Amino acid sequence: MFRKILIANRGEIAVRIARACRDMGVRSVAVYSDADRCSLHVRLADEAYPIGPAPSRESYLVIDKVIGAARYAGCDAIHPGYGFLAENPSLARACVEAEIKFIGPTAEAMEKLGSKTAARHLAREVNVPTVPGTLDPIESADELIGIARKTGFPVVLKAVAGGGGKGMRSVERESELAAAWRDASSEAQNAFGDGRLYLEKYLLKPRHIEIQVLADQHGNIVYLGERECSVQRRHQKVIEEAPSPIMTPELRRQMGEAAVKLARAGGYTNAGTVEFLVDSERNFNFLEMNTRLQVEHPVTEMVTATDLVKLQMQIAAGERLPFAQEDVALSGHAIECRIYAEDPENNFFPSPGKILARRVPSGPGIRLDDGVYTGWTVPNDYDPMLGKLIACGSDRAEAIERLRRALDEYYATGIKTNVSLFREILATPDFQTGDIYTRWLDDYLREGRKFVTAGTGSDSKRAQSAALFAAALWHAGNGESAAHGAHECTPEPSRWKTEGRREQVDREPSR
Amino acid sequence: MKLEIALNGKAHQVELAQIGERLRCTIDGTPLEADAVQIGPGIYSILIDGESLEVRAEPDGGGLRVATGDQEWRAEIRDPRQWRRNRSGGSEAEGRQQVSAPMPGKIVRVLVRAGETVGAKQGLFVVEAMKMQNEIRSPKSGKVERLLVSEGQTVNAGAALAIIA
Repeated sequence: MFRKILIANRGEIAVRIARACRDMGVRSVAVYSDADRCSLHVRLADEAYPIGPAPSRESYLVIDKVIGAARYAGCDAIHPGYGFLAENPSLARACVEAEIKFIGPTAEAMEKLGSKTAARHLAREVNVPTVPGTLDPIESADELIGIARKTGFPVVLKAVAGGGGKGMRSVERESELAAAWRDASSEAQNAFGDGRLYLEKYLLKPRHIEIQVLADQHGNIVYLGERECSVQRRHQKVIEEAPSPIMTPELRRQMGEAAVKLARAGGYTNAGTVEFLVDSERNFNFLEMNTRLQVEHPVTEMVTATDLVKLQMQIAAGERLPFAQEDVALSGHAIECRIYAEDPENNFFPSPGKILARRVPSGPGIRLDDGVYTGWTVPNDYDPMLGKLIACGSDRAEAIERLRRALDEYYATGIKTNVSLFREILATPDFQTGDIYTRWLDDYLREGRKFVTAGTGSDSKRAQSAALFAAALWHAGNGESAAHGAHECTPEPSRWKTEGRREQVDREPSR
Repeated sequence: MKLEIALNGKAHQVELAQIGERLRCTIDGTPLEADAVQIGPGIYSILIDGESLEVRAEPDGGGLRVATGDQEWRAEIRDPRQWRRNRSGGSEAEGRQQVSAPMPGKIVRVLVRAGETVGAKQGLFVVEAMKMQNEIRSPKSGKVERLLVSEGQTVNAGAALAIIA
């Protein structure tokens, strides 16, 4: 096993990797930009080194700085997390040159499978069904119109280097094509430094179901079941679960074997995810492969009793997979919510700022993978995801019950979060019956939000009285100074606090 | 301390008084059988007749956002002792609307020109914050009277971007 691993990332995934390192007795090394000096990953890692200014293009995306920090700290491996450099073959290559192990696939496999267009070629070669559309990047606007007409609207434009819904636009009709092309291309250029796009047929009401694969360096490849990721907002996954509510053992075997076949054809090693679109007849079409750890990996961990980050490290260190396909057993159900600093009441605008107070859920079946703490300021410079709340239970219904309980426990003030959206989604009959598709949430939000949840049991009049009481206390006490950030983690006592309470109540810990 | 608090627009008279160790709250003349402690900044645990409610209060625009569980209200507080009047200032001339930035970010694209006629919900700006590009739309149909920002400019939350008349 490695002695010391550099984590080339930030936020919750850097924290997740640092924790796996700690579990395995491996020293962890964080890197941070100027905006992240106070971030949780810096606090939890064994060592931490600065790598430049806040913009990721001058820090987290600079390969020389990452390699430089790894060398300086004497690391024998680099874990890229997801996003940033995770799917950049240049980092994998730079690692080979620096004689540092890259915890992920080889640069060659990444190019074959991580490039959306190359992967579509490969899938066709090995008879894995793909979504209709182009196999190569589109060169010009003229070519685009021709191809779009031939494929038939609606179509979707996607970034060749893409992921996470960035640089992606669905187009209903020809008149929207030019604007969508412009926006998607500039967004892709900004996010990935590569503005090239390709085109796919936009399938009607498909489900997004993906297969987790693990491949060691000795030719062993297994699949760890699927994740259903159909609840998306503007192509960004919002809720993921395992197993999929529509999965059958036979379909799982077919999709799993297709995923393994593709991974094998691309010479893939380490953890990867093969994404499919599945139609109402349960036909599956290859969408793309993510050549890295996924945001939603915890739901697979919960139902397969594995630790994917640990397995990634073992594979990169040259160890054999500790189990075979027939040893993989699924048990129970897990659902994950991606908690973002954004305002669901205001068009989901990002809401960076200082977290003034926070209550985090816990208890049976609850796992919270996050990278924030009370008193920390969510920076403006990066993706606004705070972390992931995962609930598991013996079946889907129990997982939903526990998730709902955990969401009721969760709040953060000072910033806005999308937690209320999850309560709402969980209350819809469509989600409860698993009747969802990739555009379901966008349709639901557009058609009006009908299933606003009932209160958490408190009589509304009483809750109103409590609200009035609290508003008065806020006015009388230290509310205003708290709002202006006068407090760090420890609030100064308000003049009402000492007078108003009869019993000593401990300040709530931040974790 | 006597306050007038409007909860979602409906005004209530709220009085806070110190009675011995205890803080007493009276709402619209009726004393509330309640006990309150502050847990953290803007966080109050309130027991009303045995029922446990945890209430968060945080400033939102000119008022206060108050929430418990999944219920949420907007509160406007008027303190008669305070000399400053209720904020009704800054009211625009009839029909003129100021478009402001809903979050801090960078203006990556200005989609209209000064003097241009725009429709309601037409895109005016593309703002990038936290790697996401968001379109800011016109609140009404009318004419772009003034453009107050240009492409590449970084803006704070609440910054005026344009005037639509």
